[in-house]
Amino acid sequence: MKMSSSDIVLSKENDRKSIRSFLVRELKPKGKLFTPFNLISVPVIIMGIIIIVIRFAKGLGAVTNLTQETPWGLWIGFDVVTGVAFAGGAYVITFMVYILNLRQYHTIVRVTVLNGFLAYVFYAGALLLDLGKPWNVINPIIGNSFGVSSVLFLVAWHFLLYMIAELIEFSPAIAEWLGAKRARKILSGMTLGAVILGITLSTLHQSGLGALYLMAKEKIHPLWYSEFIPILFFVSSIFAGLSMVIFEGSISYKVFSDQISAKDHKSHHNIIHGLAKVCTITMFVYLFLQILAFVHGKNYEYLGTRMGNWYLAEMLGFVLLPMILFFYSYRKRNLLIIKVAAIVTMLGIIINRLNVTIIGYNWDAAVQYYPTWKEIVVTLTIIFIEIWIFRWIINRMPVLREAPSWAKY
Amino acid sequence: MNLNRRNFLKALGLTGVAVGAGKTLNATSVKKDSDKEFYAILYDSTRCAGCQGCEWECALQHGLPDPDLEDIPEVGKIRKTDENRRTVINVYSTSKGDVYVKNSCKHCNQPACAAACLTQAMHKTEEGPVIWRDRKCMGCRYCMVSCPYDIPKFDYHSSNPDIQKCDMCWDRVKEGKLPACVEGCPAGALSFGLRRDMIAEARKRINDNPELYHDHIYGEHEAGGTSVLYLSPVPFEEIGFNTSVMNKPYPELTKGFLYSVPSIFVLWPAMLLGIQKATSRKNNQTEDENE
Repeated sequence: MKMSSSDIVLSKENDRKSIRSFLVRELKPKGKLFTPFNLISVPVIIMGIIIIVIRFAKGLGAVTNLTQETPWGLWIGFDVVTGVAFAGGAYVITFMVYILNLRQYHTIVRVTVLNGFLAYVFYAGALLLDLGKPWNVINPIIGNSFGVSSVLFLVAWHFLLYMIAELIEFSPAIAEWLGAKRARKILSGMTLGAVILGITLSTLHQSGLGALYLMAKEKIHPLWYSEFIPILFFVSSIFAGLSMVIFEGSISYKVFSDQISAKDHKSHHNIIHGLAKVCTITMFVYLFLQILAFVHGKNYEYLGTRMGNWYLAEMLGFVLLPMILFFYSYRKRNLLIIKVAAIVTMLGIIINRLNVTIIGYNWDAAVQYYPTWKEIVVTLTIIFIEIWIFRWIINRMPVLREAPSWAKY
Repeated sequence: MNLNRRNFLKALGLTGVAVGAGKTLNATSVKKDSDKEFYAILYDSTRCAGCQGCEWECALQHGLPDPDLEDIPEVGKIRKTDENRRTVINVYSTSKGDVYVKNSCKHCNQPACAAACLTQAMHKTEEGPVIWRDRKCMGCRYCMVSCPYDIPKFDYHSSNPDIQKCDMCWDRVKEGKLPACVEGCPAGALSFGLRRDMIAEARKRINDNPELYHDHIYGEHEAGGTSVLYLSPVPFEEIGFNTSVMNKPYPELTKGFLYSVPSIFVLWPAMLLGIQKATSRKNNQTEDENE
């Protein structure tokens, strides 16, 4: 038997009028309009959209500082490469909940998957802004132009498939929002398949983002270039994603505290302690791999130089230090230190990704690339629009709050 | 036979899909059957007088703006190819006097740009030239990131930007003509022919006149071998060449990663499903009952 979407909604509300009133009600903004966040984000978004229009009318050079020597700037190095690392939480948490069956983490699955999904949608969107001929973006997907020897081909396909997998993982929440019982049952049945596909895809494209830079062998500073880049990117995406989950969770649990039951509030502390533990271990592995890459590349000679000091600052201040903080905090059960550690870790990931993609890329060139304020405004625009949509969904669908009683299993 | 309309259309569709798939699947093996040899350009900087004739011929041939008359090669000034010019002449002050050098795409045997291109817009032709195809390109600029010589140039001030690079006049080469720059060189600094013959010619020149030439053919092994070969009176680092380029083809650098993809795609789901089954609640419950 086939079910059309109208059947689904009809099962909840019986005539057409109420469907319309349901949609109108749900599309309206909820909550106060003049919050500090709204007051900051709206002007930035308006400005960002104007800049994007200029970018498409006059070309990338009108708004960016990109040059022939530095073809990839902030929009790739930060929005895509760093943003996707932060979105890694989704595959780690789904691995823990659905594969390892660690049920205590179940309460944060939905919000993490939603975050991951939105991150991919918007960072793939950022990629479109950076393309010279975005109308040809379809070429690697359909047609006869498959560049199968390209790492970017793999990454492009994985982005697409992973977005679909995450949408399937999140779709039961949409079905609950619409009151579609049958659809929810079908979609929930697809979760495990989507999770397994999603983890496989994530392993490959998190490392693939690093592998993109493998051919730029002489262009990247030797301290950040090694054949280990893909593995380093993959391992660091685990604690990058989890730090984002900790950071985003601590904000969400304040901002949306009315949606969260007392029971979930309590369990959230245990969840964060557990995640801190995972971060400690993966960061230790990561640091070990970095040392291995350093020794393997015989990079001692760079240690006294400016870039060498910067490298040491990254490794000691933004990997070793937060690792120790995570370790210390989960032994002392100190939430504040965990949050500090998560923020330092996230800064470290930003620094690391920018070191590979921008700072260490053509580090010896006469003219260095710096992003224009317009590039930064567009980046902020993308982040702010994402937060707006995130908030819109949280206020409507059962993401943080408990699912409706008919959807319990 | 009872073939109604619907079944006929179904069969037609399936055949279409099969034919389409067959074509794409076969494409790679067909290509390999070609026994064509790559062509190459030999550039002899001892003969070049820096007249910029090649720059003018190139601009004319490809409909690019005329070279700037004020912008001529000078010692200490590095002129670069850009979105409006595919080849430039520079001059370097060396231990053997001023030496002119022509810079343009090297047309690698295994080009990094073509391996990087996810739409096959950058393409190594059977004849040897590496060409760029407008209708396939999506403007991602990954070719620029990957090229060890920074050759592909992007038009940052266009709403429909092209990648600009030398295509060794592929259209002319296919017709059996010489590339425009080779034909237009009045000093005889440029020669064109099969890559193997050009290497032999370069060797001969070095052997015949060891005093004049530095004993190295740049491009014979660099980046896995290229279809533009250079002769110089002085070591190549003196005339602005990238001598840190490795002698291996650049696509080798991503090969290991790309080869691991199919195995991960097979192993990961199986492993994940296995772990999931092992840790699922049902198993744990039976264990609890046993205890």
